[in-house]
Amino acid sequence: MVEVKHPAILEATEALGETTVIADPAQIVDLCRFLKDKEKFIRLSTITAVDWYPAEPRFEVVYHLHSIERNLRLRVKCRLSGANPEIDSATPVWFAANWYEREAFDMFGIGFRNHPNLVRILMPVDWEGYPLRKDYPVHGYKYNYASE
Amino acid sequence: MKETFEDHVATIEAVQEIPATPSAPRRMTLNMGPQHPSTHGVLRIVLELEGETIISAIPDIGFLHTGIEKECEQKHWQQAVTITDRVDYLSNLANNLVYCLAVEKLLQIEIPPRAQWTRVMMTELSRLNSHLVWLGTHALDIGAMTMFFYCFREREDILRIFEMFSGQRMMTSYIRIGGLALEPPRGWQNMLGKFIRAFPSKVDEYESLLDSNPIWMRRTKGVGFISLEDMLDQGVTGPMIRAAGVPLDLRKNEPYSSYEKFDFKVATQTTNDVYGRYRVRLEEMRESAKIITQALEGMPDGPWQADAPHVVLPDREKMKTQMEALIYHFKIVTEGFRVPAGEVFQCIEAPRGEIGYYIVSDGTSKPYRVHMRTPSFGNLQALPTMLKGILLADSIAALGSMDFVLGDTDR
Repeated sequence: MVEVKHPAILEATEALGETTVIADPAQIVDLCRFLKDKEKFIRLSTITAVDWYPAEPRFEVVYHLHSIERNLRLRVKCRLSGANPEIDSATPVWFAANWYEREAFDMFGIGFRNHPNLVRILMPVDWEGYPLRKDYPVHGYKYNYASE
Repeated sequence: MKETFEDHVATIEAVQEIPATPSAPRRMTLNMGPQHPSTHGVLRIVLELEGETIISAIPDIGFLHTGIEKECEQKHWQQAVTITDRVDYLSNLANNLVYCLAVEKLLQIEIPPRAQWTRVMMTELSRLNSHLVWLGTHALDIGAMTMFFYCFREREDILRIFEMFSGQRMMTSYIRIGGLALEPPRGWQNMLGKFIRAFPSKVDEYESLLDSNPIWMRRTKGVGFISLEDMLDQGVTGPMIRAAGVPLDLRKNEPYSSYEKFDFKVATQTTNDVYGRYRVRLEEMRESAKIITQALEGMPDGPWQADAPHVVLPDREKMKTQMEALIYHFKIVTEGFRVPAGEVFQCIEAPRGEIGYYIVSDGTSKPYRVHMRTPSFGNLQALPTMLKGILLADSIAALGSMDFVLGDTDR
């Protein structure tokens, strides 16, 4: 288990040989900076989200970090409410967060404050809805072409 | 009035009179793609040029987005294997492997050595396949057309081996949760042995063809530089980062599927340019051939599926004679198997870099969430930094050296 001490960390667990840290979303940038500078997690592997609809807090933003020097991986999770899912962007710490946060915004509608360019990345710019949310339908058409 | 010859010349000279150069050089925005042949798929790049120098490059992705992550949530655990093939369609076995490893970690089932070694062997073959396609098309972009035919000649042999093992040339889905899709066919050693004995000399052939080609050397050496700090910061992995001298290879750092039992070196270069990336991939092909030879010679005997009747389909003969096997078969096919609730992030070294699957299970027979951290997506993010300030003609070489697959990027 990876031992990390920081005031932003609410809970740390280990399962299947992987350490998961649950952090306070308000201090996420502080924590990321601490992990990068002090704990040598210089690589951000990915950022994604999980939708636990209809539970509350609905969203989990998940960061996977990698330390090449220590050969370790760490998972950081932040829980966000369904009504207003917003969190600070990690782009000041890792440049790599840019596209991953855009993807999370595109697919889940999570807002990343202070992001340099928070627009859709995979879906068309004028798309409505967030496809990976659990209340987004899998089948069906947006328009009824027959009526046109 | 009829125009005389002198008048005509005067008109031409007047037209050709170049206006005074404006103080600021003119900038031009150029749209490259999404149907450009050297973007290897549907990548669109908006380039801002000053003369022939690239001032900024903005990649626009998503043209191949097919909602694979959403699709996985609708399938049973075993069915989703076939979707992972379509992510990176040039190294599908690597995607199969990482998905299966992740689910097996959640299920906590033990995979027998024979299945593990076969997995390693097939994944390395798919690495060869991917690198051969890269080398052929990359050389074609730069102008060495013959390479394409040589590389696809060997690739054809590999696809035949895939067909022999799985019945499919490209979308093999050969690696399944709990082992393999089929038992390795009788006589596979002959076919694979014949191929792998000849292969190292083929790599030498490519090397001699390209390294004695002055156009290839001029167009690759010193082109497409990006600093190591930028690469680490921007999430670049795979041969790109190894060409900058970092021996980051997950097969060594975090061994999976018994890679620790194989003897191979991590290929690195320090030049950090298109040529260095080519050298790394060439060296990786040689190392992969070594791994395949070791797997061929030391293949252990034993079962090729895990001893987990609730996960793997029973033997066809047993199913016809034993009640229990029939029930398991019926249950697995109709409702799938349940995977204990939990989450896992499994990473492996794919031909393009780090593939990581983040899988969340809620204890049902379908995945709750499958997130794919794909190497092409991570690498492509560094494209603006790499293209900034280089010539437009060099951008083709620099793009090609990244070796991205748009299916892998857009999912």
